[in-house]
Parts: sequence; structure tokens; C-alpha cells
Amino acid sequence: MTELTVELRNVSKIYPARRSSGKDVVAVREVSLDIPSGEFFTLLGPSGCGKTTTLRLIAGFEQPTSGEVYLQGKAVSKIPTYKRPVNTVFQNYALFPHMTVAKNVGFGLTVKRVPKAERERRVMEALELVQLPDLANRKPSQLSGGQQQRVALARALVNRPTVLLLDEPLGALDLKLRKAMQLELKQLQERLGITFVYVTHDQEEALTMSDRIAVMNYGEALQVGDPMTLYEKPANSFVADFIGESNFVRGTVKQVDDDEAQIAIGRKVIAVRLEEERPSPNQNVLLTIRPEKLWLSEPDEQADGLPGVVEEVVYIGTSTRYIVALEAGDEIVVRLQNRPGTKMAGLGRGAPVKVSWRFEDARIIEADGRGEELVIG
Amino acid sequence: MRRKSGFSFGLFYFLVVAFILFLPILLLVVFSFNDSTKLVFPLKGFTTQHYADLVGNREMVEAVRTSVLLGLGSSFLATALGTMGAIALSRFKFPGKGFFTAVSALPLVIPYVILGVSLLIMFNQVGIKLSAWTAGLAHVVISIPYALLIISSRLAGFPDNLEEAAMDLGATYWGALLRVTIPISFPALVAAFLICFTISFDEFAISSFLVGTQPTLPVYLYSQLRFPTRLPLVVSLSSILMVATMIIMLLAEWLRRLGDTTR
Ligand SMILES: Nc1ncnc2c1ncn2[C@@H]1O[C@H](COP(=O)(O)OP(=O)(O)OP(=O)(O)O)[C@@H](O)[C@H]1O
Ligand SMILES: [Mg+2]
Repeated sequence: MTELTVELRNVSKIYPARRSSGKDVVAVREVSLDIPSGEFFTLLGPSGCGKTTTLRLIAGFEQPTSGEVYLQGKAVSKIPTYKRPVNTVFQNYALFPHMTVAKNVGFGLTVKRVPKAERERRVMEALELVQLPDLANRKPSQLSGGQQQRVALARALVNRPTVLLLDEPLGALDLKLRKAMQLELKQLQERLGITFVYVTHDQEEALTMSDRIAVMNYGEALQVGDPMTLYEKPANSFVADFIGESNFVRGTVKQVDDDEAQIAIGRKVIAVRLEEERPSPNQNVLLTIRPEKLWLSEPDEQADGLPGVVEEVVYIGTSTRYIVALEAGDEIVVRLQNRPGTKMAGLGRGAPVKVSWRFEDARIIEADGRGEELVIG
Repeated sequence: MRRKSGFSFGLFYFLVVAFILFLPILLLVVFSFNDSTKLVFPLKGFTTQHYADLVGNREMVEAVRTSVLLGLGSSFLATALGTMGAIALSRFKFPGKGFFTAVSALPLVIPYVILGVSLLIMFNQVGIKLSAWTAGLAHVVISIPYALLIISSRLAGFPDNLEEAAMDLGATYWGALLRVTIPISFPALVAAFLICFTISFDEFAISSFLVGTQPTLPVYLYSQLRFPTRLPLVVSLSSILMVATMIIMLLAEWLRRLGDTTR
């Protein structure tokens, strides 16, 4: 059993309404997280979902309205920011404009009265770690965005924190630099073994870098899991849609057996594998299938698969996207690799097709109890 | 088309200002070097005698001393209080913040004569003897809004998470203020100090009610206007005041801008 460095227990943060007529903002809602030591943990979610607020609760800039934050097993609500073994890389870097790079990086050590010789050595070490030893005497305004980002990283790491919080640290960089920094950050984290709590709204970044991800929406942690689990087994339609691309198809349960259910989709009845979710007959359910798990063939009344009409064909280099209007009503995206042999020549707009998938690739992710219409997305 | 009208607006503005501000000042300076006790053309000849007379005038030197000390003291206090107010306004949310802002801007719109009279009445009621101290207190009150505005705009110019970053790195709140907020705002603090100083140094209306028997320079100057023979002295003194004020203002503005470019 590994040691937990960061723990959140039913943490909520409510910002009171600005005016008496306004509504309170629930920025974080009953979030519980267990982050073991040395993990690269990511908070992923759309803008305004409460990622920054969660980080600020861990750093101590905000106090939870209810619930408790634990660092290394200790409740920290009474411990002020400057005493927590946590450092932050801010989204806008927040470098001190009146200090040189070296002074910026050494700030934490100066404040803690670390002797000058040791301080200077550790500052140089930290700058070497982020590959910027030559810029020690520059002012932050004389650095590029990528260099500022590295200085911010060095300034945090020089304190040897138990936990490093990073709030969209790559958000301001261009795509190429971003990709390079993703790799570098990940390697750095593995080498130093520090727990990273990383915030991003970029699902690809989250999947590439993280050991585990918490997907957030409207202040809630909807699902926590490793990248593969989130991609293969999203807990709900939000996660399925946010991580990668997903198709959603509505159906009605006809029959439930041990490990599969018969789902009516339009005129077709299709067998779907059952996991945790166990719907009952006549329930409306939402099926999710990834675009790359689908294939197209000639319409054929007998076999499994859903009939539809090609609405749009988009060629995107390595693959082609077909948007198919299903006869049953929903739209579905099919992505086919452009390999010799799989080319669907002549499948243009308006062509009737059949969309099929392997039994195990469709999942029921949402079932509603009352037989109401499910809303997609 | 728009460039052109912009240019003529600018020219018009410049001419008006030049005519009603710079021209009289220029006249004043010219007459202060004129070898005559009358302020009329044609000029008689160049002399620095009026300035030499100033230095020999003990009352005047005393008035300068009073003004300088009062200016330094009141602007120091006003800058300190203005800094606190600016930090409170720009970094914290608290109930009654709007009211607080409005109240701190009030001295900008209350006529100085009224402020002077009301303070005079109050000091008399409480039984405080009038002196340079009472005038100085009033100067603190009228300078604070300027200090507050200058420092607030500086604080608004850099992100407030610099203080959070400092605390994140182990500084206490006071440590963050001393190591980050104050150093970054320093040019603005000095600019505020200088502006407050010129306000106090040039202020007449309030001082005339409150200085008691310790006249400040403007009060002394006004008292001398009654004597026609002292006119050259008044003129040369005014020239000095004007030039000194301008230099301080330019310095303050330069500092304020310097602060803004240190992003
Ligand atoms: N100080 C505050 N006062 C009131 N509401 C706030 C405050 N800070 C954040 N909020 C609100 O809380 C919610 C969550 O904000 P938060 O900054 O945590 O989002 P985020 O996930 O970091 O978004 P982004 O990706 O845009 O940075 C938002 O609705 C925001 O408006
Ligand atoms: Mg954020």
C-alpha cells in the first residue's frame, strides 16, 4: 500500500453570491481524491469546472467550505500556505518582475534563510534541471514564454516540495513547444519522483502525461482513473465525449440476460455486453462507441449492424471520417484508416450503408429509470 | 481625415494652455529678473537683486523651512496611508468597499476653503492650538486621494498572484508585501510622495486658516502682497516655487512611467 500525499475528503468550495440577488457559485462539489506519492495526477475538464479552485484548496489559497484536505496524512485546513510542503507553477507563471531569474528561483530559499552558499548551489542546480543556467542574470521580461515557464518550474522545484501543483503550465506555449515540454515535464517528474497535480483542459495532454486523471465538470469529479480506463470505460456520456471522440446512440432495452442485453435501435435489435450497469427491460439507454471501432459495409437486412445514409465524407490524411445518418435517428461518426484494401471507393454522400462494430466495443453508459428520453452529450 | 482633425484639436489645446498658463508664468519669470519695482513694460535691465533680497529675508527663509517640513511630513503620512488604502482596495474584498472608495475620494471634490473653515472650527472646539501641525494634518487629508490613486493604479498593473506566489514559496503575508508588493510599487510610492509634497507645498486656502502664527510659503507670499514695495520679492519667490513644483512633477511623472515599464 503506497503512501498518500494528497487526499481530498468531500471537499466543497462555494463562493458566495456577489450581489444578494445572485446565486452562490459551487466551484468544487463534494470532491474526494486519493493521490499516492510520486503519481502524475491530472485534473481535466472544461473551462470553469473548478480545476484551479481545487489546486488553490490544496495550496491553501482558499479554504474549503466543507470537507478536508490532507497532505501526507495530516489535515491542513489550519496550516497556512507558506507552511505547506507544496509549491505551485502558476498559469501566468507569476514571476517577480523586479528580480533576476536567479533571485526568482532563489526566492523560496531566501525566505527560509538557507545560507547563501547552499542557496546559490541549489539555484544553479535547479536552473540546470530546466536547462537555463545561462540566463540567471536576466529579468523575466527579457525571457521568451517557454523560458519563463522553465523559470517558474525551477522556482518551485528548488524548494524540493512533496507536491508540485501545475495550473495549465503549457497553456501559453505554441503547439510544438508544448509537445516538447509535455515530454520533458513527464520525464522530470519520473526522475524526481515528486507528486504532480497537473491541471489542463486538453484531453490529449492529459492522456499523454498522466498516471491517473480526474475528469471534472461543474465542480464534480465525474471519474478518476488511468488514461486507458477513461478511454475504454468512460463512466458517463460526459467523460466519453470529453476524452477522445464518442458516438452516442439511443436505444430501448428489450431483454436482459446474464452478461448481455438486447437493445432495440430503430427496427434493429442488437446484443450489447453488460458491465456494471444493469438496465431493466423497457428502459431507455445510451450506447457509446468510438468512431475508430466502427466499420461500414453494404446495407444488408439480415445481419447485425445499423442501416443509414452517408451524409458527409471528410478526408483527414491517415484516415477518413464518414458521418452517417442512422435510420433510427442519431448521427454517427465512423473513422476508417486509409490503408490499401480498406478504401471504401465510391462511398460518397447519399450512399446507403450499414454501420457495424464488434460485440465488445459498444457500452451502455447511461440508463434512466423512468423511461424518459435521454439527452445526448 | 481623422488624423487631421486630431492634429487641429491638439493644436487648439496647446494654444489655449500656452496662452493662459505658460505665458503668465513666462511673464512672471521675466519680471523677476527686471531691474525695477514695477511690473510693467518696457523692461529696465537684467538683475538678480530680487533673488538676493529673498535669501536675506529671515521671515521668508522661516516660511520655506515650515513649508518644506510640513510638506515632507504630510506627504510621508499620506503616502503611507494611501499605500494601505490601495492595498485594501485592490487586494481584498470587504463589505462597504464602494463606500470606502467614495469617502476616500471626497477630499478631491470638497472646496478647500470649506475644508479649512470646518477644520478650523473643529480644532477650536476641541481646543487644539493652531500651528503648522494642524495645517499638516489637513494636508494629509487632501493628499491621500492622490496617493491612493497613483498607488492603486500601480497595484492594478501587476497580477495579484505575485503575492500568492511569494506565499506559496514560503513568505508570510507581510513578507510578501515587503519583498514583492512594495518593491514593485516603489516608483509609484515615490511618485505619490512627490505629488503629495507639491500639493502641500503649494496649498494656500487651508493653510491660511490653520497655520496659526507659522506661515507656510504661500501664506507668507499672500501676506506680502499688501506691500507694493515687496512686489518684486513676491514675483521672484513665485518663480522659484513654480520652477521647483514643475521639476518635482516631472520627476514624479517620470518615476510613475518607469514603474509601469517594469512589468
Ligand atoms: N474568487 C472567486 N469568486 C467567485 N467565483 C469564483 C472565484 N474563483 C472562481 N470562481 C468560479 O468558480 C468556478 C470554477 O472556477 P475555476 O477557476 O476553478 O475554473 P477552472 O476549471 O480553473 O477554469 P479554467 O479552465 O477557465 O481556468 C467558475 O464558475 C468561476 O467563475
Ligand atoms: Mg483555471
